Amino acid sequence: MLDAMIYALPFLLEGLWITVVVSILTVSISLVAGLALGCALVYGPLPLRLLVRIFSDTIRGIPILVLIFFVYYGFPAIGIDFDSFWAAVTALTLFKTAQVIEYVRGAVASIPRGQSEAAMAIGLTFSERLVSVIFPQALRRFLPPWINGVTDAVKGSALVSLLGVTDLMYAINQVIGRTYEAMPLYVLGAVIYFVINFSLSTLSRRLERRFSFVQA
Amino acid sequence: MNPPLLTIRDLRKSFGKTEVLKSVDLDVGRGEVVAVIGPSGSGKTTLLRCINFLEAYDGGSIRIDDSEVGYNDARKRRGERALARMRAETGMVFQSFNLFPHLTAAGNIMLGLTKVRRKSRSEARDIAKVWLERVGLGHKADALPSELSGGQQQRVGIARAVAMEPKILLLDEITSALDPELVGEVLEVVRGLAAEGMTMLMVTHEIAFARDASSRLVFMADGAVAAEGPPADLIASAEANPRLNSFLARFRASNF
Repeated sequence: MLDAMIYALPFLLEGLWITVVVSILTVSISLVAGLALGCALVYGPLPLRLLVRIFSDTIRGIPILVLIFFVYYGFPAIGIDFDSFWAAVTALTLFKTAQVIEYVRGAVASIPRGQSEAAMAIGLTFSERLVSVIFPQALRRFLPPWINGVTDAVKGSALVSLLGVTDLMYAINQVIGRTYEAMPLYVLGAVIYFVINFSLSTLSRRLERRFSFVQA
Repeated sequence: MNPPLLTIRDLRKSFGKTEVLKSVDLDVGRGEVVAVIGPSGSGKTTLLRCINFLEAYDGGSIRIDDSEVGYNDARKRRGERALARMRAETGMVFQSFNLFPHLTAAGNIMLGLTKVRRKSRSEARDIAKVWLERVGLGHKADALPSELSGGQQQRVGIARAVAMEPKILLLDEITSALDPELVGEVLEVVRGLAAEGMTMLMVTHEIAFARDASSRLVFMADGAVAAEGPPADLIASAEANPRLNSFLARFRASNF
């Protein structure tokens, strides 16, 4: 069993690299897009709010697997050509962005109106109010669900194997195809996923403590 | 005679179909301490919120030092930056304190000083220290709001507003959310500011305090100023004004 694991490890590490790249791309692009669109959803003019709302509700209403196939097979039909890697990243990012939008909306909406008003009263402009008063407070509401979402993204990235992208999951299946030893490899794969996600959730708990300035 | 610092003429404001301010006329001179009393729903708080444009008003005018609050000469809403600069000239203390929970007591005071008044951090910190000292909280500079009592939080709230050196200080029922035993320490601070010549317009339910600390008492009812005058005169003339009389009756019965 150990032999099988040692034999598989180099292949798995290559796959792991793709898993990590997909996760990082998904998480960072969705963070930027989600923050921007989330702010648009809270503060934007009505037409923009409506558009973001429709985007978010639509994406969140579609199973991620359907979304992946839809992007891979559907987008080329409207002239956007992807290889399987970018199709997978795009689909995962769209899905994640919709989530981030909702985290941002929830976090910002949880800040009482009096905070904005107090910031207005001392003469802060809209952007200063966001940067100095609203966001620092919203951050501690945003962080826990977002980091949970990061672990989801790492786990969800395994779905890209269905498009033939050689991520960790796909590498595992490839090796199993050669050696017919399924159990040791699935155990090893599970351990690798677990180590990544457990580290992330430990980090999340630490950050939460660091940002819990209100003992309410 | 100097023109008044704050001039309000025919101020009107509605929320949907409810007309909250029907026609308010009010002047506040430099160094004056004016207390606004009246039954709830009479528009007192809305009046204050219009003065620093937390609420946009529908008609009439509010002028501070001869510049119109919130609107330009063509009666267009001023831009974000102009509104912000204007609001910085009117300090506001809130009923529910509204301290920034992620900043210390000193940090709450420093925010406006650094961002709006463009002071350096160390300069801002010195000013914050001075004001915290003034409100009796010099030792609490590094405490978070959640570590302070209600009375202490409200004193920080006052320090935050006055540290900006506003032309006028607006106090919105600043003791209403406090336990009775904490009211005194906050009113003491207000009394001190009044003695130093700070121009103040306060909405309050502390009738006895309003009578003692203000130079003029304004009685609002149904979205308009129903009576005003020096506290002693206004209270003495209450017999002639049934609404004022019935409003004051409740306080006479308790602690007047």
